[in-house]
Amino acid sequence: MTDPAADAVSRRPNRLLGVLKGIALIRESTVGMIGMGLVGFWVVMAILAPVLAPYDQLAQFASATYAKPLTAAPDGGTFWLGADPLGRDILSRILYGAQRVMIYAPLATLCAYAVGIAMGLAAGYKRGWIDDVLSRISDIILSFPILVLYVVIIFRFGASGVNIVLAVTFASGPGIMRIVRGLVLDLRNRDYVAAAQTRGESAWYIMFVEILPNARGPLIVDACLRLGYTIITIGVLGFLGLGLPPPHADWGGMINEARGMALYAPHMTLFPCIAICSLVLGFNLLADGLREISLKD
Amino acid sequence: MVIFLAKRFAFMLLTMLAVSILVFLLLQVDVASIATKVLGPYSTEEQRRLWLEANGYMEPAVTRYFDWLGSMLVGDFGESIRFRVPVSEVLWPRLGNTAILGGLVFLIMVPLSLILGVLAGMREGSGLDRAITIGAVITTSVPEFASAVLLAFIFVFWLGWLPGTSGMTEGFDLSQMVLPVMVLVLYGFGYITRMMRASMAEVMQSAYIRTANLKGLPYRRVILKHALRNALIAPFTVIILQINWLLSGVIVVEFFFSYKGFGQLLYEASTNKDIDLILGCSMVAVFVAVGTQTIADIGYTYLNPRIRFT
Amino acid sequence: MVRNAAALANQPPVLEIDDLNISYFTRAGEIPAVIDFSLLVRKGEAVGLVGESGCGKSTVANAIMRYLGNNGRIVGGTVKFKGRDMAALNREELRQLRGSEIAMVYQEPMAALNPSLTMAEQLTEVPLYHEANCTPAEARDRAMEMLALVRLPDPERVMGAYPHQISGGQQQRVVIAMALLSNPSLLLLDEPTTALDVTVEAGIVELIAELSERFGTSMLYISHNLGLIMETCDRVCVMYSGEAHEEGDIRALFENPRHPYTRGLFGCIATPGMDKNARPLTPIRGQLPLPHERPDGCNFGPRCDFFQEETCGHGLIAMQTVNPATGHRARCMRWKEIDWSAHEVAAETREPLSPGEVVLQADEMQKYYPVYDRSIAAMISGRSVRYVKANEVLSFVARKQQTVAIVGESGCGKSTFAKVLMGLETATDGRLVFNNADVSRLPVQRRSPKQLGSLQMVFQNPNDTLNPSMTIGQQIARVIRKFRVESNPDRVHERVMRLLDLVKLPRDFARRRPRQLSGGQKQRIGIARAFAGNPAMVVADEPVSALDVSVQAAVTGLLMDIQREYGTTLLFISHDLGVVRYLADRVVVMYLGQIMEQGATDEVFSPPYHPYTEALLSAVPIADPHVDKKRIILEGQLPSVLNPPSGCPFHTRCHRKVGRVCEEAAPPVVEAAAGHTILCHIPMHELRAVDPVIKTAAE
Repeated sequence: MTDPAADAVSRRPNRLLGVLKGIALIRESTVGMIGMGLVGFWVVMAILAPVLAPYDQLAQFASATYAKPLTAAPDGGTFWLGADPLGRDILSRILYGAQRVMIYAPLATLCAYAVGIAMGLAAGYKRGWIDDVLSRISDIILSFPILVLYVVIIFRFGASGVNIVLAVTFASGPGIMRIVRGLVLDLRNRDYVAAAQTRGESAWYIMFVEILPNARGPLIVDACLRLGYTIITIGVLGFLGLGLPPPHADWGGMINEARGMALYAPHMTLFPCIAICSLVLGFNLLADGLREISLKD
Repeated sequence: MVIFLAKRFAFMLLTMLAVSILVFLLLQVDVASIATKVLGPYSTEEQRRLWLEANGYMEPAVTRYFDWLGSMLVGDFGESIRFRVPVSEVLWPRLGNTAILGGLVFLIMVPLSLILGVLAGMREGSGLDRAITIGAVITTSVPEFASAVLLAFIFVFWLGWLPGTSGMTEGFDLSQMVLPVMVLVLYGFGYITRMMRASMAEVMQSAYIRTANLKGLPYRRVILKHALRNALIAPFTVIILQINWLLSGVIVVEFFFSYKGFGQLLYEASTNKDIDLILGCSMVAVFVAVGTQTIADIGYTYLNPRIRFT
Repeated sequence: MVRNAAALANQPPVLEIDDLNISYFTRAGEIPAVIDFSLLVRKGEAVGLVGESGCGKSTVANAIMRYLGNNGRIVGGTVKFKGRDMAALNREELRQLRGSEIAMVYQEPMAALNPSLTMAEQLTEVPLYHEANCTPAEARDRAMEMLALVRLPDPERVMGAYPHQISGGQQQRVVIAMALLSNPSLLLLDEPTTALDVTVEAGIVELIAELSERFGTSMLYISHNLGLIMETCDRVCVMYSGEAHEEGDIRALFENPRHPYTRGLFGCIATPGMDKNARPLTPIRGQLPLPHERPDGCNFGPRCDFFQEETCGHGLIAMQTVNPATGHRARCMRWKEIDWSAHEVAAETREPLSPGEVVLQADEMQKYYPVYDRSIAAMISGRSVRYVKANEVLSFVARKQQTVAIVGESGCGKSTFAKVLMGLETATDGRLVFNNADVSRLPVQRRSPKQLGSLQMVFQNPNDTLNPSMTIGQQIARVIRKFRVESNPDRVHERVMRLLDLVKLPRDFARRRPRQLSGGQKQRIGIARAFAGNPAMVVADEPVSALDVSVQAAVTGLLMDIQREYGTTLLFISHDLGVVRYLADRVVVMYLGQIMEQGATDEVFSPPYHPYTEALLSAVPIADPHVDKKRIILEGQLPSVLNPPSGCPFHTRCHRKVGRVCEEAAPPVVEAAAGHTILCHIPMHELRAVDPVIKTAAE
């Protein structure tokens, strides 16, 4: 018979189980549950887009331009949500658009976080001139009105997926840095950090093992809000015609393409609007729910 | 205090200078495409080179930067390629139009969100608080372009109460302002409301509010004298910085409603590769933003006695 | 404080609390915070409410004010103020009562004052809103008068100041003035001095006593400090886990406690006469129950040595009258059966340790911090860099197996010294020889694993000392590997288990996370971690001051046991002279970065004293009615380290100041006995002639 505590140290706690337990906590908050439901819905839609979409996102039916919702398609199918000015099925385009936004928004946010966390940790933990320089740089970037910044960047480098990711990283990295820096400034004064210092741990170990994991709560909440915001940004750029290049479906772009006809064929703009709002709302509610839960404990 | 102001002001100028270099470099590097844009795609290599030389584009970047900076300081922003007039001639009237729009937005948004925020934060967890919080989350989840579409659908297409564009072709018309203002307020008020609510709720939890209550002061006095002043300190900065946000927001709204303002100008400049115009526009935007940030800092310091006297 | 008990007993009651029950309603359901609580406060009487964290003492105070927050509610019993049931008051009546009839003084004066209003605005509100025809001018005069009464220098300046512009002690005086402005009948004091330095605390305590005497105000004094209660109150009520467990006249209760918990508490407090070898503290075993995990029957049952399942284990235990004359009651079924005269339970005595070779030698060590003043005025005058003299020529020695205590109030430089020693800062000048190597300018990154492991630290705040996102086992294992004690995973694991055994915690704690542990348990893990590398020396920075009294003794005892086992040198940093007297072999007294006095513990705690040591000793409240103490109240505030006084740093507050020489010349180091030095201008024979501060009356 083995001592129940015998393998306590060698066996690490099951990470996956911990994560699942964390997700299960969201049940405590109704708002959070709704948010999770909305986000989950779109994640599933994005993954299953090729299966669920009745048509290819680029398939055009010249005879069915501006088709109203629930009308029959020329090939015998149905345009559940109608067709756009080029006669493409709106439902299919929304589903594929979900796929696109669900790739680019998290990717851009992730990149922004990598940069922001690295900068924030360095500034908050090392202090001194590094902090001064990084803080000044972020002040300058943050003083740009955000959309003006995007317009300038896209103007200079052109509209493409990679450029959008880079632009988001450049524009929101400094904001993340500020948050991380604030958290680090608080956490670095904890006794367990002093304990790590007095046993001669390296700065890397202290920043990434002692400090960063304990800052995760507020950062997860912020990440949800920022994801929502990034989705809006991608949407706005698409709407202004500066976003992900056509012809592939992009929610903001769909609204832009149908904008002129918005008044007499409103379904073409309405459905992408609902899609984008519900997804952003999902992330915002999720963030609210997570914050609520973290405050309770 | 004088030293503090001088410091802030110096820092503001420094930031503007840094940003102007950044913007200039960002936009000026790719000069060949500018010539193509101006002279058209069928111009010859030789023609483009001559044009670039004539317009001083072949000078080193440093010289060009200082030339540009110097002329900008005396109000000369260069020539707009699209409008074929000096940039300043289109820029200032457009900025004025945007100021009218922004002013109206602030006039409605700030009092509205402050009142809602205070009401929600005063009694954390009450039904009113929940309603306001949820309302704010929902409105901040609807981006400007979506709410523009939705509101236009309701008020223009369905109800037919309001005009769908705000071009102001026949002079200023207030009814054409309603939708753009509504869209911006709807998206913007939630953020300030939430900030105000959080700040108020935090203050209401503080020990000095307990002191005020246990001193036997009437509830009105506790809220108005003891809570509000402290609760307003943090959102003040947020409100001022909303000017910065507004500069982004107007691009979408003006574009959608064809309102002849600064945002649309910037958009047109960017789609037309109008280099001097976009430089001028972004510099103005940055100056406004950095300026408001300085105001926010100074105001914050003034409001907060803990900082004021140290 | 002992007043005429008989005279007080005839006074009419001001506050009557009967069978009060208060619960908080949370997600987890109803959590009772106060159970079956009764209390009587008469006119002019001072009643102490004493207990450890979470015992419900502050909840009682809030309930009296009917200020329980959103989720707290009185679920039974009544609170009557001057015969009126507080529950029957409407909002307006309640408002008129608060602040005028019942006033409160709070724990954290800085937080209790509104940061963006001047003192004048906050003070004048009280009369303006409680008296019908009070004009602003009148209110202002009254406020000024009251500020003078609480002995604030320059009331005019204070009136115009914002809270952050005056010191903590002054803030508390303003709060007291605010409370007394409307001449209340009842004053609630909720840990009014806990956030203050001990010499400042002494001044506030004296002020409160004086003012209540003068105005005839009744007081309810809430504190966790038994000594403070004894010095300020006529009667006392001891609370434990939501219930009053014993109450009575202060002398009767302190001399003859009739509840095992109260008795246990006294056994946990280091009073003069206690000694770590001859008369060690007797800790109470176990820990405070969480509010939703209280046992059936007596709440103290699981920790009580006299617990009997059939008598104590069921239902609500009622208060039993011990002595009607002194109002002495105890919530114990067995108080009659227990033989109270039997001496301490099982306090084993030990042989004192003999100090060995020198482990640490501080040799004129200095630590200055530069402070950059970037203002234009400073640049013109060329004084843009100033120095905070955090440590000024520190010289002392610590030997093997010895416990050396560094004592001082906030800002005295004791933590800075610890930082330099640990290598988190480097010294400006002087030497710091540890195990024959100078470490004064050797930052922690450049120390060898052996050096690191042999010099470790135990930290102050239990909630902060462990990384919340790692298990206990992972954290200890990391230390073992880092110090290269073991590297084989099995051996590391084995060593983790042995360290858990060492600090008397179950082995399965290795898998827990810090939030599943109580404060005392976390502190034990902190000790285990410090001893992982077989250290020659451990620096303990206030290791027990954040813990509850009943847990403190056990952790202190554990630390000393391990020290004995490993032959470790202990550098004990503390502001608590009681604990220091109890466990230190040598004491170093610091004030504003300088050593004012050092010597063997007995030498420092008896004349000749440095005047500062004398004042410090007098300021510490002692929970022993047999001890007679001289009262010395220091004037003024602690000076800023940025701008220390010239000459002797203590001259601005010294009650024995000789004259000009103290302001002008740095005092000499005078040797009172071998190894006992005092930094003072006063001739040694005069210092020797001073009466001892503490005299123990014959029992």
